[in-house]
Amino acid sequence: MKELKVSAINKGTVIDHIPSGKGLKVLEILNLPKDSTILVAINVKSRKLGKKDIIKVEGKILSEDEVNKIALIAPTATVNIIDKWEVVDKKKVEVPDEIVGIIKCANPNCITNYEEVKPKFKVISKKPLKLKCHYCERTMEEGMVVKNLL
Amino acid sequence: MKFQDVISINDFGKEEIEYVLKTAERLENELNEQKILQYAKGKVLATLFFEPSTRTRLSFESAMHRLGGSVIGFAEASSTSVKKGESLMDTIRTVEKYADVIVIRHPREGAARLAAEVAEVPVINAGDGANQHPTQTLLDLYTIKKEFGRINGLKIALLGDLKYGRTVHSLAKALSYYNVKLYFIAPQGLEMPRHIIEEISDKVEITETSDLESVIPEVDVLYATRIQKERFPDPAEYNKIKGSYRIDLKILNGAKETLKIMHPLPRVDEISYEVDKTPYSAYFQQVWSGVPVRMALLSIVLGVVE
Ligand SMILES: [Zn+2]
Repeated sequence: MKELKVSAINKGTVIDHIPSGKGLKVLEILNLPKDSTILVAINVKSRKLGKKDIIKVEGKILSEDEVNKIALIAPTATVNIIDKWEVVDKKKVEVPDEIVGIIKCANPNCITNYEEVKPKFKVISKKPLKLKCHYCERTMEEGMVVKNLL
Repeated sequence: MKFQDVISINDFGKEEIEYVLKTAERLENELNEQKILQYAKGKVLATLFFEPSTRTRLSFESAMHRLGGSVIGFAEASSTSVKKGESLMDTIRTVEKYADVIVIRHPREGAARLAAEVAEVPVINAGDGANQHPTQTLLDLYTIKKEFGRINGLKIALLGDLKYGRTVHSLAKALSYYNVKLYFIAPQGLEMPRHIIEEISDKVEITETSDLESVIPEVDVLYATRIQKERFPDPAEYNKIKGSYRIDLKILNGAKETLKIMHPLPRVDEISYEVDKTPYSAYFQQVWSGVPVRMALLSIVLGVVE
């Protein structure tokens, strides 16, 4: 089977190298406008990952902030900006300095687990991943972060 | 200087701490002349105690009255709409219509931070679960400063349950802004957590030990805290520990004459009553310190002092 061509859209953003099975979750986190044209490819053969998912967003250039939200669940993802069928910019996703609403606080007594408020974390270390809850001030490490994805 | 809320000691740098201590000292001096001041005249404080803490509440209420202001509030959640399932956010949005400043104590961690984000009036944290109780830390620092005229240069021992005690965690962090030597004295299994030691060890010299008696002759301040029975699976182990960390006249034999003993209170039997009458005892002075320090914080967030 031929590898799917990353740049097979005229203009927009392609998120490539998403770990296989995480594509739909990534899409949910991106929370794109309802009228967006989106192509999702699942379990695509990949030299690097074996299998991967790909998301193509047509006609829209996603900002770094928008894309970095997915770094927690898809740290291997690359972001390609496409213009006139060409990749004009390519970067890896990076864990942002602040994470809002993607994971819940692991502290069962944290107020965010009881009130209608988006959990919010400061990233105190990116490698290894370590977050601090803005509210209860507890820290969470990588293993806990993955378990507490909303 | 001005800050809007008092939520966590982690929001305070040395400059903010010094500003609070100076303001407290000034207000205490004024209070000694006048008994009741007028800085908060016409202002209303709401004390929202979702869990009871009589001392802390009375201290805040006394502080507000002595600033010439008035107080409304509740002392436990069972008497309020919270019991009927009202969210914290809605309670805050309601109460802020009645008050110029809110003091909140809540059993869940992060409640004060959330309240401060919802409220347009200033919020002061009087304890959020196991997380923070910043006014305690500030009044501890104020007590030390008043007793010695300085904090720099002192040797300060924190004693008891250093693992779970939020009071000692916050105090250790705040003391690391000063040029002090710290001693952490705890029974095995209740030592100061590594992350706190790592955070401050490049700023202050730290000695860790489980032996109280050997440290007593060296230190200027001995800050005792309660060791809770529930922390020990074996009651016999608890009884042994309790005995070896009890502060009485005998163990104070080799202490410096100027030693001051502090305790956040209430005590159970960490400090023998015979110590109360000695010049070592500073724990009731510490209770008094809560008033000028909370007066300072209330005045600062209300914007009624420079
Ligand atoms: Zn939390």
